[in-house]
Amino acid sequence: MIRHDLLKTLIPVISDQLVVCNIGAPSQELHSLDDQPTNFYMLGTMGLASSIGFGLALAQDKPVISIDGDGSVLTNLATLSTIANNPRDNFILLIVDNGSYGSTGDQPTYAGRRTSLAAVARACGCETVIEVAAEDTPQALADALAAKRMTVIVSKCDSGNVQVPVITMNPITIRERFMAAVAE
Amino acid sequence: MAKEMDKRIIGDFVENGVDFVTSVPCKQLAGVIEVLDRTPAIKHVPSNKEDEGMGLCAGAYMGGMRPAIFMQNTALGVVVNTLATLIQFYQIPLPMLISYRGEVGEPVACQVEMALHTKAILNQLHIPTYHFHRPEDADELPGILNHTRMCSKPVAILTDASFWRDAT
Repeated sequence: MIRHDLLKTLIPVISDQLVVCNIGAPSQELHSLDDQPTNFYMLGTMGLASSIGFGLALAQDKPVISIDGDGSVLTNLATLSTIANNPRDNFILLIVDNGSYGSTGDQPTYAGRRTSLAAVARACGCETVIEVAAEDTPQALADALAAKRMTVIVSKCDSGNVQVPVITMNPITIRERFMAAVAE
Repeated sequence: MAKEMDKRIIGDFVENGVDFVTSVPCKQLAGVIEVLDRTPAIKHVPSNKEDEGMGLCAGAYMGGMRPAIFMQNTALGVVVNTLATLIQFYQIPLPMLISYRGEVGEPVACQVEMALHTKAILNQLHIPTYHFHRPEDADELPGILNHTRMCSKPVAILTDASFWRDAT
């Protein structure tokens, strides 16, 4: 199962949740599948979906799901220690781990080779870390939301993209409608 | 040991409504961070790197808080993309209290190398920049913090060695 198909199966679980979505193909795919005011699309700044989502979870009490990628987490690995040391039970980090830099031509990442992001998250001090197959991710995410416990989910899926349009929405519009959804 | 100036700076941030600060430490900011850690009105979440910290600030802002970042000027070398594509692109107000290492009084030669680029990077990014060189320059801080919110931009407050040497 590739990321696009994984995101499609997640829609019933995440559609009305606050979602901070990673730059590039993940945001474009989510936007084309199910554009919602509760989605914050990153149009730039690789690596910060986890940190932005975590900052949002620190600031308010609604659940926040950061949808990140293995390549992006690798660029901001230390944030796993920030997350672990300031735990917030309304935060879920979903790492879509397809072992590749999907938006740039599916070049392999080290997470697809010897590095286990789940093991890194645990070593950083994250208490609830689960690694699941793509097919099992909607249930794992629903369980994490129901448990109200900070959870890192590493979802192992296949490399590959589908052709979807780039997001042409103005960044201020994305932010303002997202902030209105947060405050609602 | 924190100085009166450290308390005054944190007091100005609190007065302005800043309630979320992330920091990467610098020796010149040690007193400010010490005061920050005993200021319940501000949630302090240290970050490992300043781009990560700006991500936290962006999220906290969207969650209804008023963020700020405390950092060293050398970090401008790692946050250019984050400033341009996150903080500026999404128009997030962000006061940056910056230890301006490498100015007169600096004991570490290597710090001068990034001091040479500090204002050039800030100018290139069109970031409003204020330089505290004498203790009385800190009188401007409340106005600068208001200005940051008014214009929804990142704003740099550079604090150099002379400022910290003369501050009581």
